[in-house]
Amino acid sequence: MSDERKLLPTLDPSRLESLRGIEYWRSLEELARTPEFEAMLRRDENAVAAEGFDRRDLLKFAGVSLALAGLSGCTRQPTEKIVPYVRQPEEVVPGGKPLFFATAMTVSGYATGLLVESHSGRPTKIEGNPLHPASRGAADLFAQASLYTLYDPDRSQTLEHLDEIRPWAAFLRAARQAADQEKKNGGAGLRILTETVSSPTLASQLRGLMQAFPGARWIQWEPASADNVREGARLAFGQDVDVVADLDGADVILSLGADFLACGPAHLALTRQFARRRRPETGAMNRLYVVESVSSVTGANADHRLPVPAHALEEIARRIASSLGVGGAAPQGSGSAATADAFAAAAAADLKAHAGKSVVLVGPEQPPAVHAIGYALNHALGNFGRTLRTIEPVAERASNQLAALTELCADMAAGRVSTIVILGGNPVYSAPADLEFGKALARVPSRVHLSLYKDETSAACQWHIPETHYLEAWSDARAYDGTVSIVQPLIAPLYDGRSAHEVVAALSGLPESSAYDVVRGYWRGRMGRDFESAWRSALHDGVVPDTASPEKAVSVVGGIPPAAPAPAREAGALELVFRTDPKVYDGRFANNGWLQELPDPITRTAWDNAVLFSLETAQTLGIEKQDVVALSAGGRTLEAAAWVEPGLPAGVAVLRLGYGRRLGGKVAAGVGFDAYRLRRSDALWAAEGLTVRKTGRTHPIACTQMHQNMEGRDIVRASSLEEYAKGGAKEGGEHGDVAEEQPPSLYAPHPSDTYAWAMAIDLSACVGCNACVVACQAENNIPVVGKDQVRRGREMHWLRIDHYYGGAPANPRHFFQPVPCMHCEDAPCELVCPVGATVHSAEGLNDMVYNRCVGTRYCSNNCPYKVRRFNFYHFSTQFRAPSMRMLANPDVTVRWRGVMEKCTYCVQRINGAKIDSELAGRKVRDGEITPACAQTCPAEAIVFGDLADEGSRVSKLRASKRGYALLAELGTRPRTSYLGAVRNPNPALPDPVTTAFPRTALDDETGQK
Amino acid sequence: MSATPPIDDPRSSEILEPGHTFASVTDKISSIVLAKRTPRFWWIGFLLSFAVTLWLFAAIGVLLLKGIGVWGVDIPVGWGFAIVNFVWWIGIGHAGTLISAILLLLHQEWRTSINRFAEAMTLFAVAQAGLFPLLHLGRPWLAYWLLPYPNTMALWPQFRSPLVWDVFAVSTYATVSLLFWYVGLIPDLATLRDRAKRKFFQILYGMGALGWRGSAAHWHRYEVAYLLLAGLATPLVVSVHTVVSFDFTIGIIPGWHATIFPPYFVAGAIFDGFAMVLTLAIPLRKIYGLEGFITLRHLQNMAKIMLATGLIVGYGYMIEAFTGWYSGNVFEQYSVWNRLTGPYRHYYWALMACNIVTPQLLWFKRARSTPWFLWCIAMVVNAGMWLERFVIVVTSLHRDFLPSSWGMYAGTVWDWSTFIGTIGFFLALVFLFIRFLPMISIFEMRTLVPEAEVHGEAPPSPGRLEGEV
Repeated sequence: MSDERKLLPTLDPSRLESLRGIEYWRSLEELARTPEFEAMLRRDENAVAAEGFDRRDLLKFAGVSLALAGLSGCTRQPTEKIVPYVRQPEEVVPGGKPLFFATAMTVSGYATGLLVESHSGRPTKIEGNPLHPASRGAADLFAQASLYTLYDPDRSQTLEHLDEIRPWAAFLRAARQAADQEKKNGGAGLRILTETVSSPTLASQLRGLMQAFPGARWIQWEPASADNVREGARLAFGQDVDVVADLDGADVILSLGADFLACGPAHLALTRQFARRRRPETGAMNRLYVVESVSSVTGANADHRLPVPAHALEEIARRIASSLGVGGAAPQGSGSAATADAFAAAAAADLKAHAGKSVVLVGPEQPPAVHAIGYALNHALGNFGRTLRTIEPVAERASNQLAALTELCADMAAGRVSTIVILGGNPVYSAPADLEFGKALARVPSRVHLSLYKDETSAACQWHIPETHYLEAWSDARAYDGTVSIVQPLIAPLYDGRSAHEVVAALSGLPESSAYDVVRGYWRGRMGRDFESAWRSALHDGVVPDTASPEKAVSVVGGIPPAAPAPAREAGALELVFRTDPKVYDGRFANNGWLQELPDPITRTAWDNAVLFSLETAQTLGIEKQDVVALSAGGRTLEAAAWVEPGLPAGVAVLRLGYGRRLGGKVAAGVGFDAYRLRRSDALWAAEGLTVRKTGRTHPIACTQMHQNMEGRDIVRASSLEEYAKGGAKEGGEHGDVAEEQPPSLYAPHPSDTYAWAMAIDLSACVGCNACVVACQAENNIPVVGKDQVRRGREMHWLRIDHYYGGAPANPRHFFQPVPCMHCEDAPCELVCPVGATVHSAEGLNDMVYNRCVGTRYCSNNCPYKVRRFNFYHFSTQFRAPSMRMLANPDVTVRWRGVMEKCTYCVQRINGAKIDSELAGRKVRDGEITPACAQTCPAEAIVFGDLADEGSRVSKLRASKRGYALLAELGTRPRTSYLGAVRNPNPALPDPVTTAFPRTALDDETGQK
Repeated sequence: MSATPPIDDPRSSEILEPGHTFASVTDKISSIVLAKRTPRFWWIGFLLSFAVTLWLFAAIGVLLLKGIGVWGVDIPVGWGFAIVNFVWWIGIGHAGTLISAILLLLHQEWRTSINRFAEAMTLFAVAQAGLFPLLHLGRPWLAYWLLPYPNTMALWPQFRSPLVWDVFAVSTYATVSLLFWYVGLIPDLATLRDRAKRKFFQILYGMGALGWRGSAAHWHRYEVAYLLLAGLATPLVVSVHTVVSFDFTIGIIPGWHATIFPPYFVAGAIFDGFAMVLTLAIPLRKIYGLEGFITLRHLQNMAKIMLATGLIVGYGYMIEAFTGWYSGNVFEQYSVWNRLTGPYRHYYWALMACNIVTPQLLWFKRARSTPWFLWCIAMVVNAGMWLERFVIVVTSLHRDFLPSSWGMYAGTVWDWSTFIGTIGFFLALVFLFIRFLPMISIFEMRTLVPEAEVHGEAPPSPGRLEGEV
């Protein structure tokens, strides 16, 4: 300070006078040119040299110079001029036209064909591939949400050895050493553990590897495997065979625990076939009977549903079989209820009446004997060849996965394994608890894991290789019927990822082969003579023609295995039933925010898997929602939050797999309860002898719909086919023309000289699978808000699927109702916005102007459908992570804090189609615009179009006898209309189609916040 | 007549303690302001309320930084504490204008001793109320978009929205209330200017007095202006809360969409406003020894107005419930039933107890003339009116048409901070007011002194007091 004060300038007036012209000065000191200033300049220059320094300073300066030497690299780079495309890249249309590429996604080994939208080289949206047998244009929620996984910043990004980042070459070196080592004893210590593999290329690579290492083993493990299906087929047919259903011709469907509308490799195709037969206008409706121990989406769509404990399902199956003359006398009743008898008798009679036009489907969770009964039933009914086909097995090496895994664990524990390579999967987490896979694995000297995330298994292995996402790598995969798709990448690997093909190639001594080379190498010579054009067309179409598995003639040889003697059961004994989760499946999607935030189709809970009890069981045990209970089965205990779900069989607790992850990403960790800890190899799907103890604590559960009772209001209209055919009155109001119910309005009608966009949603077809909700989220850049915000009622889904119960709580009827924005012609929201941020378009859209919104939330308050969503915080910050930024759809605005948003009918797609049509000088054709929800719907329940065009599908549906508008009496004149649900119950069974549901303990929603 | 009862006797009907002269009135009131020593209770009260005000600013800071999500609002309950508090404060602000304008026009002389601080209270309450519509926006920095200002995009507010009407109603009310209060203050500011000993205050009050010299022309203009402003303010007493009630009635939500709201809101506002005047007046008259100015007659009159408006409000509750049932509309019926028996039933029954049952005590003269008891009743009514707005806003929204979207609402710590913060802010302003401005109109009180009675032909006019200022 004092120094500076000394330097305060004393301006010499003579110096000022001597200035000529413009002279620049930076400070008064400089202007004054005082001797002190000059001295200071000099001092600075010579500071280091003049003031001298000792040894310590010398070392300091030496260190600093060395460190700063690196900075010399930070010089300005020479100018590099960029030039726009001289030659346009093929097919890229400037101006943001997206391209679509066919590819396929596999879940548990089976492929669903997809078309992926790509904007400037980054995939932004996933649709189904209409040419693919397992998709038929639809995509399920897993496929829709896989985009989130691709860009998930939590994905593993680097190859690591003992938590140290290593280059791929280091792994190759280690792999070569290990291979050389293993070679010495023929690979006896080498194990490859994969998930179910249907990829012909990978299978061929692995077979090659097994030949090179004759002593090695290749094990497949999948927590939700098809072991039971396979064993059942062996029991029935004496050989390995896959059975493929075709519901087009099925008038009566009996599901023995089969959740075929939501799970399984063919569920999209089956849903489409099922839903086509659920519309009373277009031919005879099918009838669905479901026997199940859980509350599944399929059960929710049943015309008759029988909830039974898992151990009792086989008995019902046998009873139906014996009614049809299959498998001898009916089992002597273990005291089953009259309803079960009536159900079995009615179902058997119905099946018999529709022999050859019926089908019995058995869930993969059921024991092999039930599968054998199912096959015998189908055989007796003459369904093979009509509604069922038998084909060559699709998956590679159809062996019993559980047996193989058990053997592997024994080998590892005994020290017989020296190297294990785990390609995908997360067995440390998902293997049955009694096998103690993790402990056994630790005894293997050399462990390699390839996976998308650094998960529980990665942590137990020395080498962790980040896996490529299916949108990043070449591969191939087969659909449920065997049809092959080439999996083509849409983007170069975002991180240092490798595919299983490359890892296996490295082990096989071909370290240089890329997945592209490997896959092409396999198919060269298998695609006909003109490989290149066949390859191109296979890539373009997304399917390789004529690759479906050939039919395999079989005959039922085994008949029905005799019933095992029922173990003694105490009255009131509890049973724990495991199922995969409708959202995170077996846990592989646990880090997917879109899926975690998705409400469960039935319970409407998000972010956690609670252990589910029926109302009756919960009351007996004194359990309420959100209570933490300790579950003990087979000597293991798990604490989990409880939830009450009407319709579960008495004495059953249901726990979904896939939660309670310890590692594997920020989203996954700590959400829910790990059901695998209770899962034993001898009781994979149902464990008896469960004890439940209340801990006295509670765990908050986020639920998006606390109230699933229609309260006697006219919300979902439903009737039985009989009532519908009579055209008479039915539950909750009359079927009738949408326009008839509208009260008169003081406002003049909107001009209708242009398009009048509208949507019709068929509640009869909708199965409630949730795919549309994720599709909407992906298309419209809808943020994930997290559990706490969901609990506060701030979830952002533009489209929600409301679920209501009807009938008796012990076995209720279920009703689903997708609710997007109604785009009311006289919209209450528009009236009350003080700044005109929500306005009506000439085409009848209720437009939301984000820029103009100040966030009064009055529009949401005044919306009778409560479809508006508000950015209470800056939720869209999640699109700021570098990878997540690529996730956003460039056609849709990313909304910011304090702004209201809602369904737009995918206005970006409407305008895209309008521009195209205007360029072509025509009007938009019916069906040309498909909103994201409608496009992905496997049930084809959502139809969008122009109401001004009387011939359009939506006009016809709206005018249908089933058409109605939600809350039409308010005079909002919604453009979204519904078609009432029609159910087809068996008149022989007393099970009325009713939307009335008694007020129960369930209605208490005060616990939410 | 026998000897008049003493001023603290409930039978006394005096509005000014006998024995006061011009000089004693002026001395008594101006000395509160001009006293050098600030009383200890003032410091304690002011610092406490100022601390709460600072907490309010902190709460606002958190809100602006993080977003409206720090509050408890959600979907379906898009409005919560902010709107409840807004309506509550606006309601409180009604008493001032009612006392000043309507009672002036009705020649109710007793208003004189309470109008000044009732008006001040109005202003401060409207200031608190005005905070909430701004803060409750998702993007408060764009609040000016609700104003019809010329802009290059030729965008106007959407005039069909009641929120735009609100902007006009509340801003007009605030402006007129401020003018009315200030015009009424001018002669007293001149008195303070003349009596102040310190230069600083002489200048300060002098600036406020706008050169008031007390000439006949001044008094004349003052009288005309005051009467005109009273005329202007009178319709506002009715219109502001009517417009505020439109925020609800224009909506189609069951529980909101009711034609009874405007009169019932206005009555509720006056009810609440008088409760707040009593809440402030009773302690002040005690502390500053103003029992001679704010007499039991005043308290009783205000209690009677509370009783009358309370009955109107009670009638409103009954009609609301009755029409809900009588409508035959399933949604309206459920809305009523849900208020009575739903998860917020405790709020509803507490509201009934506060606003219908408690005021019935005011039928008893003893209750009306026991200040501490009256104060308790006023506090209960204040709480009850807050509950009323909570019930209207929250119970209507939380369960509307589709049971699937039903939800719950609860205020967060920041909701409470903001609410309590505005009470602190309000009290801090009141403390500043009573320290720096005459809380009772000096010159108007002097018209009540026997000296002011007309002896000759001259009409009774404050102008007569000219020479004494």
